[in-house]
Amino acid sequence: MALTGFFLVVFLIVHCYINANVLFSNAEENFNRAAHFMGSNILIRIMEIGLFVGFILHIVQGYKLELQNRASRKSRYAVTAGNKTSKWYSRSMALLGTLILLFLVLHLVHFWVPSRFGGLTEVEYDGKTYHNLYAQMQDIFAVPWVVVVYLLGCFSLSWHLLHGVQSAAQTLGITSKNYFQTIKTIGIVFSIVVPLIFALMPLFVHFGWQINTGDISLLF
Amino acid sequence: MQHYSMNLKLKVWRQRNTNDQGHFETYDVENVSSEMSFLEMIDVLNEQLIAKGENPIAFDHDCREGICGMCSMVIDGRPHGPWKGTTTCQLHMRAFKDGDMITVEPFRANAFPVIKDLMVSRSAFDRIIQAGGYISVNTGNAVDGNAIPIEKEKADDAFAAAACIGCGACVAACKNASAMLFLSAKVSHLALLPQGEPEKKQRVVNMIAQMDKEGFGSCTNTYACEAECPKEISVLNIARLNREYLNSTLSAD
Repeated sequence: MALTGFFLVVFLIVHCYINANVLFSNAEENFNRAAHFMGSNILIRIMEIGLFVGFILHIVQGYKLELQNRASRKSRYAVTAGNKTSKWYSRSMALLGTLILLFLVLHLVHFWVPSRFGGLTEVEYDGKTYHNLYAQMQDIFAVPWVVVVYLLGCFSLSWHLLHGVQSAAQTLGITSKNYFQTIKTIGIVFSIVVPLIFALMPLFVHFGWQINTGDISLLF
Repeated sequence: MQHYSMNLKLKVWRQRNTNDQGHFETYDVENVSSEMSFLEMIDVLNEQLIAKGENPIAFDHDCREGICGMCSMVIDGRPHGPWKGTTTCQLHMRAFKDGDMITVEPFRANAFPVIKDLMVSRSAFDRIIQAGGYISVNTGNAVDGNAIPIEKEKADDAFAAAACIGCGACVAACKNASAMLFLSAKVSHLALLPQGEPEKKQRVVNMIAQMDKEGFGSCTNTYACEAECPKEISVLNIARLNREYLNSTLSAD
């Protein structure tokens, strides 16, 4: 869980960085160019397979672990300590993971399927044709309930990471007396910042907001 | 603090033997002194039950001074009751007030089968210790304990880990019934000391193999164990255990 978890954390950083283009000036062109690079670079295409493997492993391991752990106490307590001794999100990783999985399926249908199997309009920059993934984004995020579902997805991700990052460090034995607090703090910051940036994307696209950065392309 | 006496309702798990289904039974206990320990309160209840010709409630206890690790039971969902860093025998009735309804259950885990009522078998812990929780010492004269100098900080960490009394509250508290805090304390206190060094690699591998065989769940780092441990063993020991395990399995001799 820890190894695949950390691998997926790296993916989140890359995904967040590339897609943050939609928050700034000239969003359409910058984002479409970035998406084109991600879709055409051979190394990234190979890594995409690795990413699917990583997701599947994490999901399968997660459910297996949850079932095994549930089976290790056949007779249940009448009264439980609940939040007095542990955090609800640390006990709810399977539930949060399931919510993220549902979101992931929807997300892939919205963006990954059309960009791999067709269905996107095209756009031209400097005489070269690109998929207009940004237009797809505008279409999808025009619907308010979709925006709400995406926000809930980011919310689930945040809670999942809040436990996940420090838990993975503990499982791999990285945690020690000197770094316990540091690792916890990194986990908290990461679990707030990354899902927050993700959450801004559907909002920005839906309301047509943009952070003005002039002609400079900030990312990518 | 003012002494007071109280009347309580006790909802206690009764189970004739390991194979019995088990059920809750409710008892009234009157005139309980706030100065009694929780076990003394059950002693009083048991005397009443015996006087009425009923079966007394079976529960584990030994030293009654918080150091043997024999007492157990889950009180209102908390192993060893609501106080932090306290065993059931050191939990005093001033933790409760007049009219309280208290639910008392045994430690529940597949690896800790109920023997009778509130008594569970914690033999799984003994078998884990037998798998490697010791150091081999040659016969002959006892070696001077201070012959090998040990850094103060390591000695302190080893001692803090060795404070584990093996009561099993960590297993009882864990949503997965995992024994990782217990095992990590046992591995840590030897791994930190030079005396534990020679058998370090084999110890952790064998003890983990035995733990898995006993049917405990896996650690998902919720840290409920640390919150409930009467000796307040730190979960940092679990990270050390994981480190020791990775070192032992990844590096070939």
